[in-house]
Amino acid sequence: MRIEDIHQRLVDRFGTETIVTLKTGVKDPWIEVACDRIADVAAFLHDDADLALDALNDLCGADWLETDPKKKTPCEPHVEVVYHLYSYTHKHHCKLKVKVPRWHDGQAGQLPRVPSVAHVWGIADWHEREAYDLVGIEFTDHPNLRRILCPEDWEGHPMRKDYEFPLEYHGVRGK
Amino acid sequence: MTPWIEGRFEENVITTSLEQAMNWARQSSIWPMTFGLACCAIEMMAAGASRYDMDRFGAGAFRATPRQADLMIVAGTVTYKMASRVRRLYEQMPDPKYVIAMGACTVGGGPYFKYGYHVVKGVDLVVPVDVYVPGCPPRPEALLEGLMRIQDKIKAKKITRGQEVMPVPHHTGRVGLPQSMSLAELA
Repeated sequence: MRIEDIHQRLVDRFGTETIVTLKTGVKDPWIEVACDRIADVAAFLHDDADLALDALNDLCGADWLETDPKKKTPCEPHVEVVYHLYSYTHKHHCKLKVKVPRWHDGQAGQLPRVPSVAHVWGIADWHEREAYDLVGIEFTDHPNLRRILCPEDWEGHPMRKDYEFPLEYHGVRGK
Repeated sequence: MTPWIEGRFEENVITTSLEQAMNWARQSSIWPMTFGLACCAIEMMAAGASRYDMDRFGAGAFRATPRQADLMIVAGTVTYKMASRVRRLYEQMPDPKYVIAMGACTVGGGPYFKYGYHVVKGVDLVVPVDVYVPGCPPRPEALLEGLMRIQDKIKAKKITRGQEVMPVPHHTGRVGLPQSMSLAELA
């Protein structure tokens, strides 16, 4: 099944309010999904017999602070979660994106919230912990949302574009 | 210069000073700690294996505990998370203890110096370093060279009061005395 067909099925099921766009004409076409329905969309993609996207190849967060002037499509500052899906039964791929503002309610320091998909694909547990640790996205209903790479008392989320390096960590000079 | 005691005994009797004997024993049995943190550990293993054979210098017995080790070869990237562990392991080693900073990351942060948020900018911010071995990663020969510099350092150790004279290594491999110093001054 091509991504256009997957997109059409999703639109038929959830409507255009939830399935925002299909981005084609790029190397990896992707479907943008509204943030609040991503868990339902994920469960549908996983369980539906024709789609059967049973493998989550990757889940990652990305921070877009400012538009790269070399890129053709400008964008507002936002963070996004990217889901790379694959079906072992039907051998087809699908990419999903969820875009959220950089801070919840526009207040710096309040992490944006995205529903967790860890109950759909088990591996999403650790991937979401990584995205939380490095990019600073809070996954609601996650079973165990703790830092996975950085120490537990680390401050900030290092892969944020406006992250400031620590000057000192437990007595070790940083600069 | 020959001390007065030499040649006064029958054959097969060697005279030496206690200091020399102790230093000789120490420098010939530097037991390093198994402490590979990243890719430099591969080169450290190569230096320990049969081709380069660190055991020639008596330093082939890699110990799995700091309590039995004399030398810590910090081989690889030290992160902030690891730094407190490095410090603790160093403190658990018995004196006299030595540290080799192996590779660019441990010498000064290496490729992570500018944009690495997690890498300590040189392990000398965590533990005192005796010998720096640069390279990314250093070849086993370079590590052996660093080991020989540690041996020089041990050889120069005094058990009585006195000035420690460190030999000056030369790229030809010859190790000489500091130019400002003559043999007469040493004696």
